[in-house]
Amino acid sequence: MLKLTITRREVLAGGLAAAGVATLPEPAVASAPGQMETAIRLVVGEAEIRKGRVTLDLPPLVENGNTVPITVSVDSPMTKADHVKAIHVFNEKNPQANVVSAQLGPRAGKAVVSTRIRLAGTQKLTAIAEMSDGSYWSDSQEVIVTLAACLEDLI
Amino acid sequence: MAPRALINVPKTAKRGAVIEIKTLISHIMETGFRHDTNGEVIPRDIVTSLSCKFNGEEVFSAQFYPAMAANPFVTFHTVATESGTLAFHWIGDNGFEATEEAKIVVE
Repeated sequence: MLKLTITRREVLAGGLAAAGVATLPEPAVASAPGQMETAIRLVVGEAEIRKGRVTLDLPPLVENGNTVPITVSVDSPMTKADHVKAIHVFNEKNPQANVVSAQLGPRAGKAVVSTRIRLAGTQKLTAIAEMSDGSYWSDSQEVIVTLAACLEDLI
Repeated sequence: MAPRALINVPKTAKRGAVIEIKTLISHIMETGFRHDTNGEVIPRDIVTSLSCKFNGEEVFSAQFYPAMAANPFVTFHTVATESGTLAFHWIGDNGFEATEEAKIVVE
């Protein structure tokens, strides 16, 4: 299915990419706007999500969206009384907003988790940490992707 | 073909030290969003979860979605409390299952 209309976001993303690097046209993505917000609310419920304590680390410019290294670190003493219970990562424009969820405990010692993910185009990523006291903290990063993953069909 | 799992854990550690654990499982992680040459959707085939137990106690678990890259690679940490075995268990679509163990000596 090809999308023929051009959205404002794609124009902006194209402009950004043109300023710095050559890019391929972004594939049509099935996700609706607000998909990330919906997926986040499914996990955290009505709780307030505050900015800070979480650091989402990934390259600002990615050539190949098929494998993007990301690291989420949370500022926490990781004691029985105060530790990170879970880390969730969400994306904005992949067909599915969830990326990965991880459960930690005081046994982790250090709330740092790394993995490699796929990104279907230039978009925003959000990492959310659930603390043992029930609070939620988050960090978001914009990432520019030149070669998108997930949606390319077999030729 | 049996899936290949790679684990990187220090062989020895000081008691109470935070150790880094690196895990990799070989898997295509087919997203279920791609089409083949006939326009048919290629069914999803991914690893959906990883868990790590230290002497039987779960210290880490994760759920994967199609946005995970092929051959899921995950790095996390744990506290070396005592000598023992780290047991890793992956579960995925179509009955996929893999296990791997690593021994650690705590001084």
